[in-house]
Amino acid sequence: MKISLDAVSKAFDGFRAVNDVSLEVGSGRLVALLGPSGSGKTTILRMVAGLEFPTTGIIRFGEEDATNIPIAKRGVGFVFQHYALFPHMSVADNIAFGMEARKPKRSRDAIGARVAELLRLVQLDGLADRYPSQISGGQRQRVALARALAVEPRVLLLDEPFGALDAAVRRDLRRWLREIHDELGITTLFVTHDQEEALDLADEVVILKDGRIVQSGTPEQVTRQPASAFVMDFLGDTNRFAATVSGGRASLGALQLDAAGVPDGAGTVYARPRDLAWSGLSSRTGVPATVLRVLDRPDSRRIVAQTAAGEPVELDAAADAPVAAGDVGIIELRRWRVFADNPA
Amino acid sequence: MATRSGPRIGERPAVRRSLLAIVLVLAALILVAPLVVIFVQAFSAGFGAFARTIGEPDTLHAAGLTVLTALIAVPVNTAFGIAAAWAVTKFDFPLKRLLIIVIEIPFSVSPIVAGVAYLFVYGLQGLFGDALQSADLKILFALPGIVLASMFVTAPFVARELIPLMQAQGRDLEEAAASLGAGGLRTFLRVTLPNIRWALLYGVVLCNARVMGEFGAVSVVSGNVRGQTNTLPLHIELLYHDYDTAGAFAAATILTVLALVTLVLKVWLERRGAGRRTRRPAAPAAGEVAVPSLPASGLAR
Repeated sequence: MKISLDAVSKAFDGFRAVNDVSLEVGSGRLVALLGPSGSGKTTILRMVAGLEFPTTGIIRFGEEDATNIPIAKRGVGFVFQHYALFPHMSVADNIAFGMEARKPKRSRDAIGARVAELLRLVQLDGLADRYPSQISGGQRQRVALARALAVEPRVLLLDEPFGALDAAVRRDLRRWLREIHDELGITTLFVTHDQEEALDLADEVVILKDGRIVQSGTPEQVTRQPASAFVMDFLGDTNRFAATVSGGRASLGALQLDAAGVPDGAGTVYARPRDLAWSGLSSRTGVPATVLRVLDRPDSRRIVAQTAAGEPVELDAAADAPVAAGDVGIIELRRWRVFADNPA
Repeated sequence: MATRSGPRIGERPAVRRSLLAIVLVLAALILVAPLVVIFVQAFSAGFGAFARTIGEPDTLHAAGLTVLTALIAVPVNTAFGIAAAWAVTKFDFPLKRLLIIVIEIPFSVSPIVAGVAYLFVYGLQGLFGDALQSADLKILFALPGIVLASMFVTAPFVARELIPLMQAQGRDLEEAAASLGAGGLRTFLRVTLPNIRWALLYGVVLCNARVMGEFGAVSVVSGNVRGQTNTLPLHIELLYHDYDTAGAFAAATILTVLALVTLVLKVWLERRGAGRRTRRPAAPAAGEVAVPSLPASGLAR
């Protein structure tokens, strides 16, 4: 089921939480709404679910106008950030709840069989009689998903699905959710503030800021061609170097960098730690810098340095790179993006 | 554990013993002695006399009227309390804060003021006096007035227990139920009610105790007609004024026993987690961070 949002806005007490958002989630796709807190991503998800209603704009499920259909009739599966499992019901009763509420009513046996099937799907056979307080966070998350899937929703919506879990569980569940999605082929929209999660899991990432979409595209598109300094910054660690742009070239001290399409004037060169390389003074052109500290990581060394101009820089070097604090050298830029400081 | 440098404040044996002594003596004098006196006096003329006094028609009628009042006022206030708590915690609407304050008015107003106010509204010279008289509706000095006054005094009890609990529980569970296709009634009965039942019962028990014991507001509106509009507390006062001490104390034992039952119920309910202002069953497990998923709805008190 395709979901489309057409010029959707939502205001709370005069505050515009979502501003003129148009978005299409193709049938069977897995799409992430990514943004910092306050960017309106959860509000968008809640409007798609029917937990909030847009101030203006239209939400369609397929060709049907779903804007004002209440949540109980909209046919969505919603997984809440803190799961919202019914604490007084067993895992099996939680999963059965939606099937008991829906009409036409299924027989007790049919519901029982479906519960067992869902428990298998989420790999929780044997936990049917436990209560939510007796199972782990990751298990609760899977029960919440099974409960949402039990009503055979047209679309699946997840609000910060892994937000309350620790890192290892989070990574496993992420893979697992992707597998479930591929198996069921259900159109899925999820909200996250964690860029790694969005990039790992989604077919398409929609990046939001202040209630507006700033960029959307495949993980490859948004990471390789960030549309703005905000996207560049938000998607991961970046180094910034003040520069002057003139005629499509950015001057960084003596260094000239390609900056095609960037308007003349003050600009900033952005580069990821892995897009920089440390080389001795013999090197070709680059930014001169002094090493302040070296942080050793399992697979690399993070060099914390300061440029001659006094800007802090962090870059990654090979695990066996011979660098030590106090070294003076040149930082080469291998990949970079230039953005104007005051975009028109 | 006290360290070598000396006991903590209040742990010096002399201080501890004298504090304990003061508290125990005062508790005995102020709280326990009156209870003992009630039972001693009630049975002072022997058990037969006690049974006779209790069995007196006016006393029986007063007890019946008290129970009847409770049977009407408590369910109405329970329904009101649930509705108010639901409205305040699940919906956003203007003047919500004001509603919360209004609900608590009876706690801060002397019951007798409520009684007098009812006189002004429903009395013969009052706001609706003429209308009520022409419709031949008797509110004051009759059961409706007694029930209304009792309801006013006890309006906040249930709501006050439920609002903090339901606030702590948030709207997630109801939203989850709705997303699974459940209607309002099913959501309330299967999801909301089971999670608030002990707090609800706690509120009902307190409300009932107060309705049965209410004196001030009821004394103004009931008219104190023996055998007709006398509730138990009013009847006790009448007996006492008649110098029928044994009768007064005998009738008082009924209210006292009720109070003791209430107390036991209250302790039992508190053990089940009611009356505590924490989110009980769905407490997040260790390792999880509880973050309210909704913006604070301007309810913090």
